[in-house]
Amino acid sequence: MSSGFRIVKAGLQCSVQDSGRIGYQSYGIATSGALDLRSLAIANILVGNPAGEAALEAALIGPELEIESGNIMAITGADMEPRLNGEAVPQYAAFAVNPGDILSLGAAVSGCRAYIAFAGGLDLPLVMGSRSTNFMCSLGGFEGRALRADDSIGFRSPFAPLDPDSRRRARTENFSGQVATLRVVAGPQDEFFTQAGIDTFYEAEYRLTERSDRMGCVLEGPIVQAKGKTDIVSDGIPLGAIQIPSHGKPIIMLAERQTTGGYAKIATVISTDIPLLAQRRPGEKVAFKRVSLGVARRVALAEIAQLAELRRDLKRGN
Amino acid sequence: MHKASFRPAGDRAIVASFGEAISEELNAEVLGLDSSLAQNPIAGVIESVPTYRSLLVYYDPTKLRYRRLERELAKRSRSLSSAVPRNGRTIEIPVRYGDVYGEDLSDVAQYCGLSEAEVIARHSGRDYRIYMLGFLPGFAYLGGMDSSLATPRLDTPRKSIPAGSIGIGGEQTGIYPLASPGGWRLIGRTPLKPYDPRREPPILYRPGDFIRFRSVDDDEFEDIRASL
Repeated sequence: MSSGFRIVKAGLQCSVQDSGRIGYQSYGIATSGALDLRSLAIANILVGNPAGEAALEAALIGPELEIESGNIMAITGADMEPRLNGEAVPQYAAFAVNPGDILSLGAAVSGCRAYIAFAGGLDLPLVMGSRSTNFMCSLGGFEGRALRADDSIGFRSPFAPLDPDSRRRARTENFSGQVATLRVVAGPQDEFFTQAGIDTFYEAEYRLTERSDRMGCVLEGPIVQAKGKTDIVSDGIPLGAIQIPSHGKPIIMLAERQTTGGYAKIATVISTDIPLLAQRRPGEKVAFKRVSLGVARRVALAEIAQLAELRRDLKRGN
Repeated sequence: MHKASFRPAGDRAIVASFGEAISEELNAEVLGLDSSLAQNPIAGVIESVPTYRSLLVYYDPTKLRYRRLERELAKRSRSLSSAVPRNGRTIEIPVRYGDVYGEDLSDVAQYCGLSEAEVIARHSGRDYRIYMLGFLPGFAYLGGMDSSLATPRLDTPRKSIPAGSIGIGGEQTGIYPLASPGGWRLIGRTPLKPYDPRREPPILYRPGDFIRFRSVDDDEFEDIRASL
């Protein structure tokens, strides 16, 4: 394996993630993949990679890396005040690193998850078509687990030559803010809830509990009243599904969720807003706003166009 | 035939629901729609997840509009048969029943008022239909256990059950595809690897297949394990 970097300190939970493992959910295997696919895409575009290339996802407290071979890299997502050999480096901008450099990320001052991408991506095997770490199955990524001190990962060859002197920047995103409003599509099982319950769900604010991870976010807030029991005969659980178990508190299902389950789903967060949720920290709040499929499609198209424009701008050298 | 209903499941999936029950007829239609997608793919569909009574179809909304997908799935659903097809494969699962491989076999026998040999004969002497996979990678929800073998789950689930364990939980039986916690009564273990991430496909069976357990002795158990 070619040299790349070595983990000096692992941080809280740092794992290899790409755009996910597609096509195995019917076997019960979760897609995994970056929770904030938008930040992953921006980091990758900054270093000339395909948007869904494998990178590091670091939650709440970032890692410290020793660079073993020179490359271009970029950091997006949560602000973990990255430093290169002790000097602050900007996020949302590509920068060059050299052998012996120490890159250290700290605790997130805003947002929850940072993405660390290297030109060429990471030299790890594809498992079922993806390099994403699946924790439950212990597969993909680096030995199917979160990174630890002294793990080494190589770089793959860059996808395109990058001029180390060119300024490759994207607009910085800010994830602080009192309440993140998540747009949702109603259902697929909203008929299990009373009108009062549905009104509560759309009017209240909910706080992420400590039980929020890559599987899902368990929320605390007003109880969503159901007409009866919310157990259903198991069906598939889409990304962003908001399940209401019998205790009446919502659980939002994320990339590492079980593929099937047996609780009624009152609504489903639209794909464009999953990154906003992924950047909320335990204790922070979310609220829900109902939108149509048409609106969801328009914002998804707008984001694709925005990322394509970023890639074009960088190609032209800003 | 059951009438399918359709709902958006977010902006990137649609759920085709055939009812609320657990029945072979209803599940046959779910799997029929699923295999129609495998045989005649719809451009823009990403993957699909069959369950007891519904099919979740993931799609790319920038390539395929919801209304068009719904119309296409509805059209296909109308020509589905609820006749339970026997075209699934039958996968034989060798099982070493009892002793350290199935610590609860004697409890199950006692609860059911049967000898251990009779429990093994009733458990292994039939085909089980796979309704769906879920909960864990490759965990198969099986139909068709002899109701005389129904045994309540353990009051306290075990913290870790070895991969390949065969258990009974209430009216259901199943195989633990990987080491995990669980509350089912363990009656045996297979030397096969139901889940192996290095194999393609990683899971030995699919929804719609049938599983048949076959009792093996220690020697055969070790031979099969050594041959993998």
